[in-house]
Amino acid sequence: MPQPHIDVRYVANLARLELSDAEIATFQPQLDAILGHVATLSQLDVDAIEPSAHAGLVFGRMRADVPLPSLPLAAVLQNAPDQSQGQIRVPKVVADA
Amino acid sequence: MTLSSLRQQLLAGQTTPAAILSGLAGAIAARDGRTGAYLSHDLESAMAEAAQADLSLPLGGIPIAIKDNINVLGQPCTCGSRFLAENYRSPYDATVIRKLRAAGAIPFGRMNLDEFAMGSSTENSALQTTRNPHDFERIPGGSSGGSAAAVADFTAIAALGSDTGGSIRQPASHCGVVGLKPSYGRVSRYGLVAFASSLDQIGPLTRSVEDAARLLQVMAGPDPLDSTSLEAAVPDYLSGLNDGVKGLRLGLPKEYFGEGIAPGVRRQVEAAVQALAAQGAEVVDISLPHTQYAVATYYVIAPAEASSNLSRFDGVRYGHRAANPTDIPDLYQRSREEGFGPEVKRRILLGTYVLSSGYYDAYYSRAQKVRSLIRRDFETAFTHVDAILSPVTPSPARKLGGSAIDPLEEYLSDIFTLAPNLAGICAISVPCGLTAFDGAAALPVGLQILGPHLGEALLLRIARATEVQG
Repeated sequence: MPQPHIDVRYVANLARLELSDAEIATFQPQLDAILGHVATLSQLDVDAIEPSAHAGLVFGRMRADVPLPSLPLAAVLQNAPDQSQGQIRVPKVVADA
Repeated sequence: MTLSSLRQQLLAGQTTPAAILSGLAGAIAARDGRTGAYLSHDLESAMAEAAQADLSLPLGGIPIAIKDNINVLGQPCTCGSRFLAENYRSPYDATVIRKLRAAGAIPFGRMNLDEFAMGSSTENSALQTTRNPHDFERIPGGSSGGSAAAVADFTAIAALGSDTGGSIRQPASHCGVVGLKPSYGRVSRYGLVAFASSLDQIGPLTRSVEDAARLLQVMAGPDPLDSTSLEAAVPDYLSGLNDGVKGLRLGLPKEYFGEGIAPGVRRQVEAAVQALAAQGAEVVDISLPHTQYAVATYYVIAPAEASSNLSRFDGVRYGHRAANPTDIPDLYQRSREEGFGPEVKRRILLGTYVLSSGYYDAYYSRAQKVRSLIRRDFETAFTHVDAILSPVTPSPARKLGGSAIDPLEEYLSDIFTLAPNLAGICAISVPCGLTAFDGAAALPVGLQILGPHLGEALLLRIARATEVQG
């Protein structure tokens, strides 16, 4: 298991979080301490153990492939922060040519 | 007044659904300003439903309070977060709400919680402080703190909560009410705002074991909208409730009775165990050898799933959007920075880290393998015993003021409630007396009963036996 140290600014960018310097200073030792505790897992020999991705008795059960009604457009758009012409509006994604 | 006794009064014509709602609204006005369990409630729409109530149905005319992370059509669903507090209204009913309505119940009230159910005190709610009705200077527990506090404060008859690592059982224990976490897959998660999808379950918080059985009866069962819900037939949870514990083998895991347990908690739990033995249960010592790894395993898996689930809160389709975004990354990053509180950010960072390139195998894969070992501990134990008994928490409710508490320290106090979620088994917290603690004269203590997958009927029966002697 790697030495517990997390590059908070790098990870925050991966998580699309714009953290302040004060937040980074707070989170850094807290996260390192949590990862230090997590490192106790390296005491166990798990080479022959199958991972559990879920806790259920069944997994990956599919329902019949039959179309069901979706939410009405108005119900979806009622929570949109910005909308135009029946669609959700966001800042321009592609650069000017 | 329990749900069950209220139902008898309704059927006998001694009260009406509207009178019950008026009574609750009066109790909320009188007491909830101090307790702070309710984030909102809509009396007008509940009264409209009460006028239509069909009393012949199993929960006909009974109002049920709902944790504010379960969607109810047209109502807020803040998740205790600034992100959803502004103007979000649920566009649909969660499956459990649909089932409650079909059984005649009236969803009434949105209950405070730790933001996105992340926490054990309800202090991580960005919106409001909830206090423990037994001592207003103390936490109600969490994350379903509003649900537990309202049931304990008699401002709700019964409530729904969600439990990812103890979030129903721990507040139930701290507030002196019954809290049931069903087996993973027993109750549909459709319409519950996802925190950690392989751990989350919805369950009831009630004033009696019978009430919990009545609610589970209605909530349980398969749902085509949740592929992890189980097809298994739903048994009658009420018929065997009073069958007692004679002849049952109950296990005491030595790892759950070690050091660090408050003397009053140990005393009350041991007294409850003795009382079950006196009723004819055979109590045996067992071991769950990987217990010490449960917190570390949980705090890899739960944040990993949370970081993925919470990526949907991006400021595009619903919830908070930062003002005047310059481009899409700016919109994402500032909306999330402004919308999420510190505990949510901490867990997103932790989860993103353990899933990131170069660390996935060391953390996430390894935690999943240890999860298998923890599951196996329980599978082995349940070949020897019918159910397992333990404290819910090492100590009764602590004082408010958790921002001064180190996050890891707070996580470690969840040691007894995390493993059942990792294993997917069912678990219940039932009150087992009061104890003096840390300057308080009398704080509630909970007995935790753990059962095998789909062992809810057995759990309820043992919990009922505890309740009878208590």
